[in-house]
This record gives sequence, structure tokens and C-alpha cells, in this order.
Amino acid sequence: MSTVTSDTPIAHGEHGHTSSFLKTYVFSLDHKIIGMQFLFSTLIWFSIGGLLALGIRWQLAYPWRPMPILGNLLAANEGGQIAPENYTMLVTMHATVMIFFVIIPILAGAFGNFLIPLMIGADDMAVPVLNMLSYWFMWPAFALIGGSFFVEGGAAQGGWTSYPPLSVIREAAPGSFNGQTLWLMGVTFVGISSMMGSINYMTTIIQMRAPGMTMFRLPMTIWGMFITAILQAFALPVLTAAGFMQLADRVLGTGFFLAEGAMANNSEMASGGGQPLLWQHLFWFYSHPAVYIMILPAMGMVSDILSTFARKPLFGYKPMVYSISGIAGLGFIVWGHHMFVSGMNPMLGMTFMVSTMMIALPSAIKTFNWLGTLWGGKIQYTTPMLFAISFVSMFIIGGLSGVFMAATPVDIFIHDTYYIVAHFHYVLFCGTAMAVFGGIYYWFPKMFGRMMNDSWGKVHFTLTFVLMNCVFYPMHILGMQGFPRRLADPYHYETFKNLLPLNMFISWCAFILVGIQIIFVINFFGSMFFGPRSGRNPWKANGLEWQAPSPPGHCNFDFQPIIYRGPYEYGSPETQEDYYPQTQPPWEATKS
Amino acid sequence: MNRFWSFLFLLVPIGGVACFVAAPYFNIWLPRDVSEHGRTIDSLFMFILYLTGAVFLVTEMVLFYFSWKYDANTNQEPVKFSHGSHALELVWTILPAVTLLFIAIYQMEAWAAAKMHPPVMDITCEVTGRQFNWDFRYPGPDNELYTEDDLVRTDGKLFLPVNEDVLLKITSADVLHSFFLPNLRIKQDVVPGMDQQMWFKSKKTGDFDIVCAELCGWGHYKMKGQVTFLPRPEYEAKLAAFGVEQNTMRVEVPEEE
Ligand code: HEM
Ligand SMILES: [Cu+2]
Ligand SMILES: [Cu+2]
Repeated sequence: MSTVTSDTPIAHGEHGHTSSFLKTYVFSLDHKIIGMQFLFSTLIWFSIGGLLALGIRWQLAYPWRPMPILGNLLAANEGGQIAPENYTMLVTMHATVMIFFVIIPILAGAFGNFLIPLMIGADDMAVPVLNMLSYWFMWPAFALIGGSFFVEGGAAQGGWTSYPPLSVIREAAPGSFNGQTLWLMGVTFVGISSMMGSINYMTTIIQMRAPGMTMFRLPMTIWGMFITAILQAFALPVLTAAGFMQLADRVLGTGFFLAEGAMANNSEMASGGGQPLLWQHLFWFYSHPAVYIMILPAMGMVSDILSTFARKPLFGYKPMVYSISGIAGLGFIVWGHHMFVSGMNPMLGMTFMVSTMMIALPSAIKTFNWLGTLWGGKIQYTTPMLFAISFVSMFIIGGLSGVFMAATPVDIFIHDTYYIVAHFHYVLFCGTAMAVFGGIYYWFPKMFGRMMNDSWGKVHFTLTFVLMNCVFYPMHILGMQGFPRRLADPYHYETFKNLLPLNMFISWCAFILVGIQIIFVINFFGSMFFGPRSGRNPWKANGLEWQAPSPPGHCNFDFQPIIYRGPYEYGSPETQEDYYPQTQPPWEATKS
Repeated sequence: MNRFWSFLFLLVPIGGVACFVAAPYFNIWLPRDVSEHGRTIDSLFMFILYLTGAVFLVTEMVLFYFSWKYDANTNQEPVKFSHGSHALELVWTILPAVTLLFIAIYQMEAWAAAKMHPPVMDITCEVTGRQFNWDFRYPGPDNELYTEDDLVRTDGKLFLPVNEDVLLKITSADVLHSFFLPNLRIKQDVVPGMDQQMWFKSKKTGDFDIVCAELCGWGHYKMKGQVTFLPRPEYEAKLAAFGVEQNTMRVEVPEEE
């Protein structure tokens, strides 16, 4: 696009210049630029979400003590002291930012956009305009939810799950006064953005694969993205509809989620006639599949990285594909496991328990296959590989803790305690976020044509790995004692008094964990400008994306890619090299 | 530096087990259980802990061993060019499937007992959650709720008889709350517009925390109550005293539907 404008003589001069800049970097239709836009936006929100978490950790370590430095930002009016309503706002917004502004858009938006056309051999997405819109629809969401901090009553305080009536009755909480309305609208925009992305990804993957790129020659990253897109397409409409229903309850006075005569804190009586539990069903019907939306692409990326640096084919490619498909299918019938003690019919709880137990199975199969991939390889401990191996190690913990919560009688006790918090941080932070770091170190050369510093990468990895375990592992123990989540000051309960020292330890590890991420930031920006040039294929990897120039030009490939095999033929006896790119014709392979 | 990384991954199983072994010495564990059914829950927890603990140890040790043995710097053997194994896939599909199914079936009874078969008896007390307090309403001498002699307590203190089944009716007056008794292994969300029942039996006398476990607003953290289990005679004396107190104070009993 840009080349066309700059080639025409009229396009010279001041005006033409800015418009081509705008077209190239701002309203770009190029999937790589859009991917970068997603990447930078989500990384900025990642740091915001991290800072919000520090507020939570401060309060749990030093309840009601003014928070130094950051307190001036988070609680300026109270002199840095976190008021209880601000605490509930912090937990709500930390989760909202991390889930809707970081994990979901960084996987699908950033990596999905950047990698899908490159990995399948297309010159762009099927519908570039839709792709651009999917990024720009994030901005109303950023503005609405970012701005909600500054409206009367502050940002939403109903938890990221937004359970009514707390979230619907405006008087029930300060954040439900205005903040919740903005929250609902913001999340709806994220949903529209994801929906546009998912349609595009499905179409692109089905329609635009290069000659020879059969479905079973796709890398696992693409399979992860593909299944994720399907999940989004089927689950999102439910969340969007539920969001509009809650919005209607709030502003039009309907009563989908309010019982007859519901009121709180001297509010007016609602017309009612609805059911608070209905929201929970609708919300989790989306949000359980969404937890897989938040990990399947990461699993795919990890599979690719593991195979590359073990110099060995991925173990059990097809079982891997079948298990993520199984996860996707089962993912739609387990939502009730978030509602075991919600008041849902206990009979229903029983069936959800069985389906939840079953969904642990494909996760187990995947783990064994990752281990099988390492077996008998020649492991190169590069930074991305370390992150990928740690993903496997951490996912084992997150998957196993799921079994406790799936066991309904045990869940009676550990539901809404720190046990849950430990579980989902093991899958989302120690899992997905680590895969994202690994993915950035791995594909950075393709994105920017330069290498990231490997030694500093390893320092970053080691500190992150050790500290995050110090932060999240002890939370299992907290939960075991029944320590509830979302409580501003749990220590006035007899049962939880003795947990303060452990919480202080966790908090200090968390402060350092967030602090040392500066190593990554410096490495990232430093390498972008000063890193050594990488060339096309610095890792000697098979994947199609590594045959394109780094960074790839406007239409990605400077040749017509033709695919001869899957992406995991490392150490193949057919060739002398220890790798065998997907595009290398068999007759050109150097036989030993 | 050789094999350094594998030892870093070895820290996971070591630290992971150490954490659970050390916790009791710091007095952190499942809180004291005084209920009758709690033992089932606790032993199910411990059963899953040992089972998953074993799986955790084995898989993490395999991860360590592979990352130690197949380090490119030290491993001289050629790469095993293998795309997988049908036999292995079958083994590691069927084995966990059977185990998971077993856990699923094994726990059904405990769940049914806890949530599906209430004892046949009169309601002992009605519990109402409201921002940010637990209110209690005893049926009074006539054993019937919503009559003149009901005893209404709003001080967040619940008194129940020890060594007997109790049947509570629980609900909410405004938003969601959750009635959580850590020492009795009881948790039930209360939902406005929905009457639910819960039942349990305490084996010990004493005071125990009532915690609100579902986010209910800014004061969620202080929505604290206390349940006291008393022997039958003391319990009856306590309720009688409440009755006297209520009459002398001429507290009007709110009219009910
Ligand atoms: C091995 C398979 C898994 C099982 C059996 C499982 C089971 C469960 C159960 C039963 C709960 C509800 C617990 C409660 O609230 O009482 C839960 C919560 C959660 N799980 Fe998992 N899970 C698994 C894997 C995952 C994965 C892969 C992710 C994310 C990538 C994930 C993310 C979450 C999140 C975010 C929550 C908490 C939501 C909230 O209440 O805020 N889980 N899981
Ligand atoms: Cu779930
Ligand atoms: Cu509460």
C-alpha cells in the first residue's frame, strides 16, 4: 500500500509523507504491523496490570499501611493507604486488565497476527481491513476501562466475574455506580475485536495455506490459534449477549439477573423476576472456554520451541492435535465447575464434576508428549527453550491442582480461596506468560531482524522462574488453610491470623519479580536497535516463517513457498543437516 | 555451567514437596476440623494430594532427567528420530483416564451426602447475609419460623447445639455472599431470592469463625461472624435468655409474609 503512494509523484511533500506514515504504521493493513501494534499495546497493559497487582500484595503484607511510591498513584486521596473499596477495585481491575487486555490479545492478536500468514505461507490475512479493525476496536475498550478509574465511584469493583446483584445494583458498591457500565462496554469491545480476529484467522488458515501445506503439516502454533479461533467464535456471542443483558439491567431497569424486589444499600427495589445465577452460567459458558483461549496458542508455541531446540521431531503430533481438539470440545461442557457451591442444583454439579475430570485427560496427554519430545534429543539451552521447558514444568502443577478443585467435596472447602488463585496463576502466569516470553525471545529475530541478548535473557529467565514460584507456590498452602481471595484484611479472623508472615514473604518476592522485568524491557528495546543482525534462520529451524526475510517485507515471502513436509523434521536421516526446512525439496537434501 | 539448567528444573520437585512437608511445622495446614462430615473431605483432599503428588514427582523427575541427560553439550548420542509411539500414547491415555474416572466416582457419595440428602427435621435457624453482616433468626419455642416468638439476632453470633444435626435455611437480603465455616468444611453461596438448606453436625464445643467467601462489596473483608457450639442444656438456656432479652427490650418482631 505504502509503496503505491510513495511511487506516485503527487504523494511527495509534507502531506503525502504523513499519510504514508499513517498508512504504514498506524492504520496499517499489514498483519505484521498489526501484530506489532497488538504486541506493544498489550505489553504496556501488562506493566499496568503488574503494578495493580503490587497494590494488592502490599495490602496483604501491610494491611492499611500507606503504600510507598506506588501508593501515590493508586490511592492518592488517602495518602497512599488502600481503602477497602479500592482494594476490591484493584483485584477486579488487575484481573480484567490481565485477561482482556493482555493474555487474550497478546496470544491471538500479537502472535496470531504476526505468525499465521508467515507460518502457513500466505502474503497476508484473508481480510486485512477486518484485521486492522480488530486492533482499532481495542482502543474504545482501552479508553472505557482506562477511563473508568476516573469516573465517580471509580472503576468496577464486582470482580472480573462481575456477579450480579453486586455489579447490577448501582448502590451496591461505589464501582457499580458508573464503573461497571464502562466495564461492560469495554469488555464488549474486546469481544468484537476478538470476534473479528477469529473469523479472519479461521478463514486464513482454511483458505490461504501455501501449496503443499496440508492441515497435518501445520505447526502446533497454528493449530492452537485455529482451535482458539473456533472457541472464540462459538463462545463469545454468549458473553456479548450476557453483557448487554447486564447493561440493560443497569440502565434500562430490566431484571434478567435480579430477583423479585432485589435491593442493596437502600437502593430502589428492582422490578426483578430474574435469577442471579443465570449470569454465572452465561459468564462461565464463555469464560471457561476462554481459559483455553488463554492457553492453547501458548501450548502450540511451546511445542514448536521445544522441538526446535531439542533438535528432534515433536513427539506425537497427531495425538497433540486431537487432544487440543478434545480440550476445545469438552471445554464447552465444564463451565459449571466454577459454580459447585453457587447454589446450582447439586445433581448438575455431579455431571460437571465428571466432565471436568475428563478434561484433565487431554492436558495429561499433551504433557507426556512434551516430555517425549525432550527424550533422546540434543537440547540447546537457549533462552526461548528455557521458557518453553519451564512452561511444561509449571503446567504440570497447574493441571494437577485442577484435579483438587474438580473434586466437588474438596471444592466446597477450597472454592474462593487462595488455592484457586494458585491454580490459575500456575496456568496463566507460570504457564502462558512464560510461553509468551519464550515466544518473544524466539520470534524476535523474525519481528525485528535482530537477536535479543541471550545472556541477559537467561538472567531474566532464572530470576523470573525462581521468584514466580516463590510467589505462587505458597498460595497453595494458604488456600489449604482456607485463606479467602478478595479479602482486604483477612487477619482479623482467628483462622487466618498466622498467615501474615507467609504473605509478607510472597509480597516481597512479588515486588522483586515485577522489578526485575526491567531486564527484559531493556533487553527488548536495546536489541531492537543494537542487537546483532539475525539473518533469516538464526535457530536453524524448520518452520516456514524462518525462510522469509527477517523482518519479512510487505508480502512476506520473496519466493513462492512450496511445502514438502511438516515442520518438525529435525535430525531426519534424509538429510545431512540436523534440520530439514519445510520448503526444501527432497531432491535438494544433502544425503550423507 | 554444564547441566546447570537441569538442576534448576530439579528445584521444582524438591521445593514443591518441601513446601508441603514444611507447612505443618509453621502451623499451616487444613484448619482444625470439628464437623462430622469434614473427615471425608479432608481424607479425599489427602488422597488427591498423595496421588497428584506422586504424578508430580514422577513427571518432574523425568523432566529433570531428560534435561540432564540430553543436554547437547554432553550428550554424544545421535538424536532419536522418532515421531511418537502408538503404544505409549495408549498407555498414557488409558492410565490417567482410569485414574480420573476412579476419582470421579469415588467422591460422588461424599458430595451427595454434603449437598443432596438433608436430614428430616425442623429448621434450626435461618441465616441471612446482608452487606456486611450475618443475621440469624431462630424459630423460638414453637419451632416455627416467621411466628411471633422468633428470636432475631443481628450481632453476628450464631449459637448451635453440639453433637446434633442442625438444619439451616440460608439466604441473602441483597447481593451474593458465601457462608463459609472453615472449621466445619462448609461453604455455600447465598443468593437473594433463593432459599437454600445446609446441614452439618459439630463434634466439639467452642467458638469458630464464620467467613464471607463471596465478594459482596467494600466491606466484604469485615463480614465476619462467629458460631458457637454448646451442649444442649446450655444452648437452650442461651435461647431462653435471648427470649427474655427480646421481651424486656420490647423489640418488635418484624412482620413476615
Ligand atoms: C487440567 C485441567 C484443569 C482442570 C481440571 C481445572 C479445573 C478448574 C476448576 C474446578 C476451577 C474452579 C475452582 C473454583 O472456583 O472453585 C478452575 C478455576 C480456574 N481455572 Fe482451571 N482447570 C484446569 C485447567 C486450567 C487451565 C489450562 C486454565 C487456563 C489457562 C485454567 C484457568 C482457570 C481460571 C482462570 C480459574 C479461576 C477463575 C476464577 O474463579 O476467577 N484452568 N479450574
Ligand atoms: Cu473452568
Ligand atoms: Cu462478602
